[in-house]
Amino acid sequence: MPTGLFYTKYQDDEKIFHTLWVKIWMWALLIFLFVCFPFVAYPLSGFFGFSLQHMANMIGIFIIGAHGLNLLTGFTGQISLGHGAFMGVGAYTSAILFMKGGWPFWLSLPAAGLVTAGVGMIFGVPSLRLRGLYLAIATMAAQFIIGYAMRNWTSLTGGSAGLNVDRPSIFGFALDTDLRYYYLILILVIFSTLFLKNLLRTKTGRAMVAIRDRYLSAEIMGVNLFKYRLLAFGISSFYVGVSGGLFAHYNLVVSDEHFTMWLSIQYLAMVIIGGLGHVLGGIFGTIFMVLLPELLRIPTEILSNIYPNIFAIFGTLRELVFGLVIILFLIFEPDGLAARWHTIRAYWKLWPFSY
Amino acid sequence: MSPGLLHFTQLVVTGLVIGSVYSLVALGFVLIYKATSVINFAQGEFVLVGAYICLDIIVRFQIPFGWAFLLTMVFSVVLGLLVERLTLRPLIGEPVITVIMVTIGLATVLKSIVTLFWGTQIKVFPPIFPQDPLNFQGIVVSEVYLWTLGFALLFMTIFAVFFKYSRAGIAMRATAADQQASQSMGISVKRIFAISWCIAAVVSGVGGILIGNINGINITLADFGLKVFPAVILGGLDSIVGAIIGGLTIGILENLMGGYLDMYFGGGVKEVAPFVVLVVILMIKPYGLFGTVEIERV
Repeated sequence: MPTGLFYTKYQDDEKIFHTLWVKIWMWALLIFLFVCFPFVAYPLSGFFGFSLQHMANMIGIFIIGAHGLNLLTGFTGQISLGHGAFMGVGAYTSAILFMKGGWPFWLSLPAAGLVTAGVGMIFGVPSLRLRGLYLAIATMAAQFIIGYAMRNWTSLTGGSAGLNVDRPSIFGFALDTDLRYYYLILILVIFSTLFLKNLLRTKTGRAMVAIRDRYLSAEIMGVNLFKYRLLAFGISSFYVGVSGGLFAHYNLVVSDEHFTMWLSIQYLAMVIIGGLGHVLGGIFGTIFMVLLPELLRIPTEILSNIYPNIFAIFGTLRELVFGLVIILFLIFEPDGLAARWHTIRAYWKLWPFSY
Repeated sequence: MSPGLLHFTQLVVTGLVIGSVYSLVALGFVLIYKATSVINFAQGEFVLVGAYICLDIIVRFQIPFGWAFLLTMVFSVVLGLLVERLTLRPLIGEPVITVIMVTIGLATVLKSIVTLFWGTQIKVFPPIFPQDPLNFQGIVVSEVYLWTLGFALLFMTIFAVFFKYSRAGIAMRATAADQQASQSMGISVKRIFAISWCIAAVVSGVGGILIGNINGINITLADFGLKVFPAVILGGLDSIVGAIIGGLTIGILENLMGGYLDMYFGGGVKEVAPFVVLVVILMIKPYGLFGTVEIERV
């Protein structure tokens, strides 16, 4: 294992896997996820008291969305409070095209991404003239407007009753169980992560990072702010739209209650807790945020011996803990879990001669 | 008056009253933004907490409204101080996203604490102001509406005088203009930050009590705070006059749009109309009516 940076070429610096070991571990992880996880998931579910397979699917779905928000907020520096609603746009698009339009799933899912990208770009237009503060407010307005449309455009969305969606099949392979759906999600997660990681190594990605760091300087260097900010909005919304489409067909019902402001806040919390501007951040943050409510159940069950009605307020307690976790992370660990991960790795790299 | 005109005037009057409360809350919001450059997403939760505290003091401890009102203001001051000291001060100098997110986290925490204490059922204030409708040539206005309007205007005047003449007010304006310069003139910027948060919490609490008297309170009152955004964007984020005019305008606009468009969109237009207005303003006049236009040249 190398104990420092010994790059002699730019290509070395830009590599995704800097050492052989990282590559080996990555393959080991992938093999585990593809081959071993389904076997481990079932017995462990009994131990933890919740379905690990279901959790893994939810984490996968939200990782794709979190990657999208991370690209926008973490790498381009544009804050969005509307990603919950954008996810809803994706979910409804795929559901409507699939159920009412009779489109095949392999077409309706990308279509969900494209439609969401379009909607996202419309609300992203003010970002071209405004700084982060205003954009947060503009996207918040998007959240409310889209939410209203979902509730009241009854002929299209089914109103507050929502839409029922079937499990799809791809090229004759029915994705009817959680496990089968898991493979679809896993493949898409891998693909979206790879795309994000590679995007950041291209001209486009570098331009976005330049805009985040100091947009005036970026403009002086010849970066077209209009183009790249809008592009970031588009790609980000595409991601979250695909995530919404996956969610719709997994959850089997879409209604406006899934895609409230609260979801937008959760998305932001995911990327902030995970680490803004780290590809790993979206993954860590999502795992943390999806598992947190489940982990909260354990102390709640213990406390329920003392306070019998604690389950009635469980939802509220969960929100309280979410809020506290967000605040505490921002104050004490502003760079998120991904930065902590890098610190730990750097420590072991030089162990036992850390200094 | 013709029925059409009567309907219109009725909508405008109601909108004006609600708008005056928006203005009051928006005032607190702009104050924080001006002095500390923080966008406060927890403004609505301040409204919520103020309303519940006042209600609880009146109902549980049987304290008359006047004293309850004062006690609520004292409580709001403490709340503002705590929030500033515990969550915002450690983040001075952090990026905008971090600060926005911390106020969102704060909003979540305050909201869930309120839910834990008081539940989600709608609660009604004991009638404090007379509810009898007054009739001005056909326009029916409940007396409580007039009291609300009066109170809101009173508080706005108090704060206008405070900014114009008091020592602390002038220090706050100086800090808003230039932090470093005011610091070198011996103004404690930290204290100004704390005062801003206190005032914001107090005006929001007052707004909560006023609006609670009209509609009763439950947890959705927090969304009221989000309506402040259209108001301040219309007026300009850093303009106090803008906040007041913006608040009134948004109140009237949402009532008119709700009154005339509800039948076409299946209800609830009132809830979304301000945000449509917001997006339109951002597209055509992003710095609002009175906001400072930021000029950047490359």
